[in-house]
Amino acid sequence: MGGSASLLPREALGEYQELTFLSKQEILLAYKRFSELLPKEERENACSARVPKSRILTLPELRANPFQHRICHVFSTSDDGDDSMSFEDFLDMLSVFSDSATSDIKSHYAFRIFDFDDDGTLDRKDLEKLVNCLTGQGEESRLSTAEMEQLIQNILEESDIDKDGTINLSEFQHVVSRSPDFASSFKIVL
Amino acid sequence: MSQPPSFTLHVSEDTGSDGEEPSPDNEGALHTSFHQLIQEQSSLMEAGLELEMQERGREPLVRLAPLDTSAAAWPETGQGKQRPGYSSASLRIVASMPSRTIGRSRGAIISQYYNRTARLRRRSSRPPLQQLCRAARPSLRLYDLESDPAMATLQEKRSLLVKELLSLSPSQRSHMLLTVPLCLAEKRALRQELSGQRGPLRHCTQHQAPSPCGGSKDHIVLCCRELWYRLLSLLPATQPWHYALKQISGRFGSSVLSYFLFLKTLLLFNIISFLILLVFVVALQAVYPPASANPQPFTGLELLTGAGYFTHSLLYYGYYSNTTLNSPCTSSPSMCHLAGPPLPYNMPLAYVSSVGVSFLITCILLVYSMSRSFGESYCVGSSSRDLPVKVFCAWDFKVVQRRSVKLQCENICTQLKELLAEQRSRSRSRSLCQRLGRAAVLLLAWLLSLGTVLGCAVAVHHFSQHMHTVQQDHRAQGGGDRQQEALLLALPLVVSVLNAVMPHLYNLLAAWERQDSPGAQVYVAICRNLILKMVVLGLLCYQWLSRRVVCSMEECWETCVGQDLYRFVVMDFVFTLLDTLLGELVWRLVLEKRLKRNQKPEFDIARNVLELIYGQTLTWLGVLFAPLLPAVQVLKLLLLFYIKKTSLMHNCQSPSKPWQASHMSTVFITLLCFPSFLGAAVFLSYTIWSEQPSETCGPFQGLETIYKSWQTWVQVLEKSNPNITWFAWAQQHLVENPFLLFFMSGVLLAGIYFNIQVVRGQRRVIRLLKEQIANEGEDKAFLIQKLHSVYEQRERRT
Repeated sequence: MGGSASLLPREALGEYQELTFLSKQEILLAYKRFSELLPKEERENACSARVPKSRILTLPELRANPFQHRICHVFSTSDDGDDSMSFEDFLDMLSVFSDSATSDIKSHYAFRIFDFDDDGTLDRKDLEKLVNCLTGQGEESRLSTAEMEQLIQNILEESDIDKDGTINLSEFQHVVSRSPDFASSFKIVL
Repeated sequence: MSQPPSFTLHVSEDTGSDGEEPSPDNEGALHTSFHQLIQEQSSLMEAGLELEMQERGREPLVRLAPLDTSAAAWPETGQGKQRPGYSSASLRIVASMPSRTIGRSRGAIISQYYNRTARLRRRSSRPPLQQLCRAARPSLRLYDLESDPAMATLQEKRSLLVKELLSLSPSQRSHMLLTVPLCLAEKRALRQELSGQRGPLRHCTQHQAPSPCGGSKDHIVLCCRELWYRLLSLLPATQPWHYALKQISGRFGSSVLSYFLFLKTLLLFNIISFLILLVFVVALQAVYPPASANPQPFTGLELLTGAGYFTHSLLYYGYYSNTTLNSPCTSSPSMCHLAGPPLPYNMPLAYVSSVGVSFLITCILLVYSMSRSFGESYCVGSSSRDLPVKVFCAWDFKVVQRRSVKLQCENICTQLKELLAEQRSRSRSRSLCQRLGRAAVLLLAWLLSLGTVLGCAVAVHHFSQHMHTVQQDHRAQGGGDRQQEALLLALPLVVSVLNAVMPHLYNLLAAWERQDSPGAQVYVAICRNLILKMVVLGLLCYQWLSRRVVCSMEECWETCVGQDLYRFVVMDFVFTLLDTLLGELVWRLVLEKRLKRNQKPEFDIARNVLELIYGQTLTWLGVLFAPLLPAVQVLKLLLLFYIKKTSLMHNCQSPSKPWQASHMSTVFITLLCFPSFLGAAVFLSYTIWSEQPSETCGPFQGLETIYKSWQTWVQVLEKSNPNITWFAWAQQHLVENPFLLFFMSGVLLAGIYFNIQVVRGQRRVIRLLKEQIANEGEDKAFLIQKLHSVYEQRERRT
């Protein structure tokens, strides 16, 4: 571990603690893990550096996750569209996935992660991609076309309350509020 | 501003009905009111569209997917059928609807939170009725055109939100900032604006003058801060088992984690009981040992049988004295008349009070954790067959390892396929023959399981009778003590064998039965297992209280019962170990080497949790008779954690059956509270209130019942200090009178009934609101259709 130069400044730590759901020790741990992703020369200004997506995906918590690309895409504030993450994006991600985040905010970001085409609703194509991510990449563990059709039909019937053929954010949040397990499964702990 | 487009609605315009209140019966009037509103809206929409297009140039975050004609496939035109030829302008309008932008655009999020903050400030979700315009639909009623921030630019929206946030209290403000789903950079900008607007005070604190002491003080402060931060970062490591639990959840998910969390909860309960008993009973008796101790030599067998060396030790009831410790009257009678004895300690009172208090605290903790767990897991209108919930909430992000992720994918696939198959079969109605057959199979399975339970109970009863006669014969023939004690292990052995073997049979029975849903299978297996355990324990309790236990002459019957319970606890542990060894390690080796299947045995969560509940019930039953039994249970649970974890990591895979972790945790803690804790409490109360303690040993020698010691103390207290008669009165009328119990039960039942009615009312409200939303959706579809046709007409004209 480095000297005091590798620690976060006090005001920044206090600000991050106020604005995210993370505790001080979680922020410090996040800082440590984030600076480990950077090459040695850049570790001094870890706060302002950006880590490319390929490095972020080497984190053990994201390595095998089928939603890894969507997570990087949703939380990245990069202007170039290359999904690189700064330290603040990383904190954002950990905050949403933390223990104390509200169910509201988790469902908001879950919606954005599942919205594969970024159009603000989950239509049939989004749902199909979601189910394929869930069931895995292997051929034998995919649903057949008929089963997929039945599944999507059932989902739209039960969740699409205003019957417009897509699921918007409020409908998604309504569905998710019925499950008490959502908050505990939508969690990543460093 | 461009001319509002004129479009014709295919309804007759009834101008005479403008002054009347629009009612649903008066169709013409309804559509007239809409017509005006639509005209206003469409003009604003035009303006808004131009503004939105300008804004899109500035706001790089709003990413619009390439809109194609398939984006608007309406259900009324049939599934999959696409309507061609929608103009891109109308599709852009559709894409910028608030319900769609809230999910993706920063400006929309800010304006939504502005609205929420304004509502919070107003402290009501609806403006007073007098200010509403007359419209039939609630959504239009609430739409306040002047203050609508949707048309503003991003900067304007931000400043509007900041203005609203400033009018909140600081705690509400920080809560709002925390929960708004924006990126951290945006939040910091908002916070800076807030602090900038709050006045120059903030600036002063941010730019402090350097302290006069100079660098050394800063250096010290810096060092201290660094030390503190390093300490904080080490804190998670000091939480017990934090890393181990993370490892388990990373490989096996939340379902197996719930077993280990339950184990941790039980450990907490036992540690609390142990501490209370240690401080108030055991430690003091250890300092003042009774005179009549005759220690036997220690052999290894005592750890299993609890007899021999342990018989006259702190472990059991018989060791505790019935006198006041440290009182000068007992040690030297000549000093009795001296005032102010040096801290006497009334052992019988302390014994019964500590046991009572530890049970009370356990009860409070149990009820608290049960209600919290219930509150978290129960949602109005949820069911395990909910497909959308399954799809959206199934993925456990805690699972990290590649192989476990693959396994989770397979499990989800299997569960989805099962649910879909179940749905298909449910929609196919069964014939009468099939239903009768199904009912017959269920009846047979239940008869079989209840029959086996009865059979086990009868077997245990006869076996214990047999052992009783054997031991009496053995004692009459003057056999060795060691042999005698080894015979004592027979009954616990038999009971543990039954408890280990029968659940496997019940699992096989449930598999043969083939319930409709896999969730029901788990519940039925738990039910049967629980019935078996509770019936056997009930039988044993009856036997203990009716003094049919084999005891030697120099012991109290309470010590006997305590020893029996100790043996049961130890045997339970031994058999759990054996079960882990055979059921997991050996089975995995068999599967790998002999059957050559690349599958590990599954970790049966329900069976393991019920074993924990059984062990805990034994401990609670035995606290009165063996005050150190919670310590034994603590040791047992600690060892069990590490053994189970090691076996899990090497030999098992996560269960493939669907498992709602929070729901099952609630079920387990309820099972811990209701049959287990309640049964132990009833047993304890009966023993304290009605059983006569033994005459020659223990803290309650010579009393009628254990409870009498408390009563005599209250009487002594009343006599010595007449000012506290209220205490005696309270004790007589509240504790001894059953009226209070009936009254509290009545209040509880009334509370439960009230809550049930509230839930029913909420369900009705949800249904009504869903219908309302469906109607709004129809309106929306209608309006969008009209919009499309308007643009089409316009394009055709140009």
